[in-house]
Amino acid sequence: MDLDAAFRALADSSRRALLDRLHEQNGQTLAQLCEGLDITRQAVTKHLVILEQANLVVVQWQGREKLHYLNPVPIHEIAERWIRKYERGRLRALADLKKRLEGDDDD
Amino acid sequence: MISKFVYVTYIRTTAEKLWDALTQPEFTRQYWAETWQDCDWTPGASWKLMIPDGRVGDSGKVLEIDRPRRLVLHWHNQFVPEMKAEGPTRLTYELEQNGDEVKLTVIHESEVADSRTIDAVSNGWPGLLASVKSLLETGRPLDSTTRWPEGH
Repeated sequence: MDLDAAFRALADSSRRALLDRLHEQNGQTLAQLCEGLDITRQAVTKHLVILEQANLVVVQWQGREKLHYLNPVPIHEIAERWIRKYERGRLRALADLKKRLEGDDDD
Repeated sequence: MISKFVYVTYIRTTAEKLWDALTQPEFTRQYWAETWQDCDWTPGASWKLMIPDGRVGDSGKVLEIDRPRRLVLHWHNQFVPEMKAEGPTRLTYELEQNGDEVKLTVIHESEVADSRTIDAVSNGWPGLLASVKSLLETGRPLDSTTRWPEGH
């Protein structure tokens, strides 16, 4: 499985929102995932298929219910390949400096 | 099951090699924070995950075994008191050969709501899976998972 599909799947705010919802509550049905979203059920279904093809969402059947689970493994591979490699330590130092200079040092 | 995660990765290898990488000390010591598993891999056998300093990290038993397709373990944390108090969790590995790739599914679940154990292992598994994939595909694990974390 290549990471292109994961990058493409992540390049959409609705799909990222779906991943965040699964991160909050893993193992949801389509109906649960549609609750409170202002996009159609058909659109959510399409997004879930793309997320499944990118291996970011895994489907498991529980009786007659189709449950969706977040699969963070490709995100971890992206982090290893595209973040750690580019010196995470120095980026963190820069982010800290930026925070301090902008006066946001609450944490 | 109340707390549960399902992780999937695809690894260019054979199911037999992946099975050994998940169970045999000479492989796990390379990518799984220097740990090894003490088990004779028969149905009902006792199972232990050994920390490099000699402590038992987790213990349990083999619930189902069908090499190289399916392995189900009882997994009971022993070294963190709150996790030990939660009782055993259930770990399932499913290996499916598709051409030159194996689809590996890891399911870890507990009857306990908001299980600390499931939360802890769910943070660990993505790194371990990326690392075993790297080991089998390139011969090298990821640096981030090769050592037991100091002070743990």
